[in-house]
Amino acid sequence: MTMSATGLHWFLSPLCALLLAPLLPGLINRTKALVAGRRGPPLLQPYRDALKSLRRGAVYGAATSPLFRLGPVVNLAALAASLLVLPFAGIGAPVGFAGDLIVLAGLLALGRFATMLAALDTGSSFEGMGASREAHFAALAEPALLLALATLVRVTGAVSLTPIYAAIGIATWAHTLPTLALVALTFVVLELVENSRIPVDDPNTHLELTMIHEVMVLDHSGPDLAFIQYAAALKLWVLGALFVGLVVPLHGGSLWLDGAAALLGMAGLAVGIGMVEAAMARYRLVHVPQFIVGAATLSAVAFIVYLA
Amino acid sequence: MPALLETIAAIGLVSCFALLGTSRIGACIRWLSLQGIVIGLVPLLAHDGGFGLRVLLLACGNIALKGVIFPLILLRLRARTDYHREVEPFVGFVASVLFGIVALAVSLWLALALQPALRHAPFLMLEAAIFLVSIGLFIIISRRKALMQVIGYLILENGIFVFAVITVVTTPLLVELGVLLDAFVAVFVMGIAVFHINREFGSIDVDQLTALRG
Repeated sequence: MTMSATGLHWFLSPLCALLLAPLLPGLINRTKALVAGRRGPPLLQPYRDALKSLRRGAVYGAATSPLFRLGPVVNLAALAASLLVLPFAGIGAPVGFAGDLIVLAGLLALGRFATMLAALDTGSSFEGMGASREAHFAALAEPALLLALATLVRVTGAVSLTPIYAAIGIATWAHTLPTLALVALTFVVLELVENSRIPVDDPNTHLELTMIHEVMVLDHSGPDLAFIQYAAALKLWVLGALFVGLVVPLHGGSLWLDGAAALLGMAGLAVGIGMVEAAMARYRLVHVPQFIVGAATLSAVAFIVYLA
Repeated sequence: MPALLETIAAIGLVSCFALLGTSRIGACIRWLSLQGIVIGLVPLLAHDGGFGLRVLLLACGNIALKGVIFPLILLRLRARTDYHREVEPFVGFVASVLFGIVALAVSLWLALALQPALRHAPFLMLEAAIFLVSIGLFIIISRRKALMQVIGYLILENGIFVFAVITVVTTPLLVELGVLLDAFVAVFVMGIAVFHINREFGSIDVDQLTALRG
């Protein structure tokens, strides 16, 4: 079954993301629980949490300005916009132009910037600390993302995400194995870093002194909190799609088969993250920059190995 | 073949970065062992159709020495001197990794400059060889523990070995085995020296060796 030329399938990639993204945290939590010998929350729990938060009213501190209310909205809007340039499962992105990969990185940065501003706006020193850490680690993670994308640009010779991912196939893997493997590793590390997953930050803790993302959103409530949780799921999806598109390079032509393979890849990634979270302890905060610089190094090595 | 060589070069480069960014001496020794094994495979792949006894012997000797024997000697030494970490290197770990990136760029440039003179050498291995030499030297000067300096020396040795294998088409077997024997004796002697330094002064911190002056 093909749907080409109808234009309909252009909207499948963002649609998939918007509908299925909250499943990823659900899967991760379920895997963690199963490995630990517990039953765990239902897979649909993130949807329920978001719906519950949406029905509630929001509480705003007297010390906050409109910036505080803007933060979650801008964050969600930036991530939703980034879905427009993100190809998934051989389905092209709705929008594609030369250099859209930099737009993707920019939108991720914009979302983060809005969250950090909202955190600083509360005037709480605790949230300011989280914002400072987020800024520090993001400054290290962004070069890694851009270097990884630059390597893909060099390997495929295309400068837009859709053609890049369309050009990566099994043949590409066969003759640039080390380069692509290093880039894929970088994406895994970035997925963990950008989404504050375990070796970097523990998403379950609310009172730990080493947390990064959770600390910035402590004062948000009601719909704002729902937006933040949904945006976090979308971010998990966006970076995950970059990784899965690379390691499941199947373009069989059949939309349904390719889509199923990619969705399975995403589920596998979520289970993998769950296993990592179950098996590893969080790094000490001083070791996190080392971890991220290591990721940047991997993509730098990939770039140079391909250059040579 | 080129894809295999590329993979070897990539593993070699990544192991160097791991060595630059790791503080645990045990982990460093294991990375060094991986590097030694991978680099021992280079003679098998560097020259097409060169699967003679000589090449096979060279590869086996290298893998046995650098992949197994040296790491075992170093692990024993680490257990006996009871130093498990490089605590405060002269250059920090993040800074070391950043130096590694700069060194990678410089060795790329050097390899580009050397390429016209060494047409038959695989470019990536040439670059990896220069990189290994520079990282070995850097670890020797930037770490405090004498054990890390032995590790640095072995990285340097790996680099020189790769350079020799890919640039010189044929070296007499005797010379190559002699070089291996030299490295073996050097590690052996360094091991004994480090052990004695530790026993005499209660530390293998090279910064404190200035106290040796009477």
